[in-house]
Amino acid sequence: MNANEAVNHPPAPSASACATCPMYNGAQLTRLGINMTDWDYVVALAGNPNTGKSTVFNALTGLRQHTGNWPGKTVVRAEGGFLYGDKRYKLVDLPGTYSLLSTSADEEVARDFILFGQPTVTVVIVDATRLERNLNLALQVLEITDRVVVGLNLMDEAKRHGLHVDERQLARELGVPVAPMAARQGEGIQTLLKAIDEVARGVYVTRPRRINHRDPQLEAAIARLVRQIEFTFPGLPNARWVALRLLDGDESIERAVRDGTLGQLAQTPTPQPRPAIRMELEAVN
Amino acid sequence: MALNTDQLLDSARQLRAEIGDNIHDRLTASIYAEAEQIASRAVTPSGQRSRFDFDRTLDRILTSKTWGFPAMFVLLLGVFWLTIAGANIPSQMLSTLLLDWGYTWLHQLAALVSAPAWLAGLLIDGVYMATAWVVAVMLPPMAIFFPLFTLLEDFGYLPRVAFNLDRLFHRAGAHGKQALTMVMGYGCNAAGVVATRIIESPRERLIAIITNNFSICNGRWPTLILMGTIFIGATAPPFLASFVAAGSVVAVAILGVVVTLLVSAFLSRTWLKGEASTFSLELPPYRPPRIWQTIYTSVIDRTLIVLWRAIVMAAPAGAVIWLSSNIYLGDTSIAGHMVSWLNPLGLLIGLNGVILFAYIVAIPANEIVVPTILMLTMTLGASLAGAQPGVMVELDDAQVYTVLTQVGGWTMLTAVNLMLFSLLHNPCSTTILTIWNETRNRKWTAIATLLPLGLAFTVTFLTASVARLLGWA
Repeated sequence: MNANEAVNHPPAPSASACATCPMYNGAQLTRLGINMTDWDYVVALAGNPNTGKSTVFNALTGLRQHTGNWPGKTVVRAEGGFLYGDKRYKLVDLPGTYSLLSTSADEEVARDFILFGQPTVTVVIVDATRLERNLNLALQVLEITDRVVVGLNLMDEAKRHGLHVDERQLARELGVPVAPMAARQGEGIQTLLKAIDEVARGVYVTRPRRINHRDPQLEAAIARLVRQIEFTFPGLPNARWVALRLLDGDESIERAVRDGTLGQLAQTPTPQPRPAIRMELEAVN
Repeated sequence: MALNTDQLLDSARQLRAEIGDNIHDRLTASIYAEAEQIASRAVTPSGQRSRFDFDRTLDRILTSKTWGFPAMFVLLLGVFWLTIAGANIPSQMLSTLLLDWGYTWLHQLAALVSAPAWLAGLLIDGVYMATAWVVAVMLPPMAIFFPLFTLLEDFGYLPRVAFNLDRLFHRAGAHGKQALTMVMGYGCNAAGVVATRIIESPRERLIAIITNNFSICNGRWPTLILMGTIFIGATAPPFLASFVAAGSVVAVAILGVVVTLLVSAFLSRTWLKGEASTFSLELPPYRPPRIWQTIYTSVIDRTLIVLWRAIVMAAPAGAVIWLSSNIYLGDTSIAGHMVSWLNPLGLLIGLNGVILFAYIVAIPANEIVVPTILMLTMTLGASLAGAQPGVMVELDDAQVYTVLTQVGGWTMLTAVNLMLFSLLHNPCSTTILTIWNETRNRKWTAIATLLPLGLAFTVTFLTASVARLLGWA
């Protein structure tokens, strides 16, 4: 992976040493508010209620979504944009949810966007003071999509409560980049941006943790169904997750299978970040 | 060979049957186990916890069975007292500026360009005065109320309100999250109706949608505050007046909660029968409110946006009011006909024809109820203050009181019933449209509109009858 990074991140001849400094990259952030017509990447912002998603959204887009720490504040998705480096990002703030399993309207909005909206990167904001419960959602997102960045927010409060959260250990466990943050104070936004950018451009290749069900019977059933799903919808990016949902009797996913929505998902290749990288490589060569 | 989708679904169903019916629990359990394992590896409690746990101590009071409700009451009372006491002077300044000077100046300008009288009347006496009134009446209380409310919200108090109310909602057969959508409705019912999306069960969501109307919205606070101030506050000695006024507004708000619970209980025992679902509510840590940012965003996000909506609604309403009181059918204006037609019904329920006509004009926005009432009372009654037909005049609180009691024949009963009617009557057209959008069902939209209206007529009729029987009115 380090070798990859070296290839993709050659020191540009014109840039000075500043180019590698995070402060320099921070200066590359241009908030576009809602003025975006075209974008290179779509970033979804997911997380439990009350973890600071809207604060992060506002920090990145310069918009002033009303923030408040209670569920139900964002029930529809809000959109905004920002420019980082030379790439235009569209940011979609999803409703805060505890899980993607049950079927309230807000959970469905979040899940449908991650599944069918096919964002280039999904950022999961987690509350460092309530990591265990927040990881439930993060793990479910990781089942749906590979390209995830975790924003480990409220680090300041964790410290206040005498908790030490090891973001590197967490990143190793989850197989995706983790950015420690205190978004209300504006800390960690740069780290998050850098991680989003690297995952979007494919510089950082994630190895998402899959939930081990520790149940041979269940795992066997999943494996069998995954094979059948891959037969039916070749190229579907998250067959394992679909298998789990079908085993669970999820009606909205059954509907998506029947009416072909899922089939379309298999046919349209996920917007891979490859072209951007290739162009860079060409530029280097 | 690819399987077709039906075969795939069949196969999934078969596998599900083989595994057993507790599959959902097993899946959830393994997610939890995984999360626990990861968290235990990544989190270490370093130092000791701080000796004094601020959050827990505060929660022990704010969510306690004994002190939870009194604390809620005191906080609410404090917010309204600050609003009523604080809005007085800026309100007067604004009405001098916009209604006194602005109005005279515009008429001078119209005379200068020799605009036709009907045009000047329509634009200045109708459109300008209606919007200026709305700004003068609404801006100061809103500019105080919203930041205060948002500060409480930012601090983390709202989930505690939901926690306190949860037991009551559960007993009413409704969802605990309804407490949150109810609180959302205190800003705007349309927003409250949209917020019911957080409620999973369609049955409980419908209950939340129908009862959201009983959360007093922006457009109705000014009516309640004005009535509370000039009628109810005025009965108390001056040093207590603003407390009594605030108390009466809080009483109406609490009555709204009671009605919400009663109607929810009624619905969940009749048309929307069913068990209340359980849910887990997180009590987030208290956070020091970011004062300047909160004031900024609540002024921009809420105050100005809501004010803008009111202005957009008030301008055409002003034109309608002016036209209806200046176009004559026979020897009476249209407004005059309407008011005398509505008068018997209005008096029966302790209001009058002017108030009911104002509520018809104000269907698009409750904000313009009070200005419309005042304007119509003055033009249709004896011309005490020398107003021309269809002109909303600049009045201070004492003058408003004089006009309403002497010209309009208002009594304490009229004021109290107006407050009740304002609380209970049908939602505004924006909210009705939102309900239609959210339910896509004509029947429920009609019920959500007509049930409150029926309740408003019933309750005001009852209070009027009781007051008359006891000889109070």
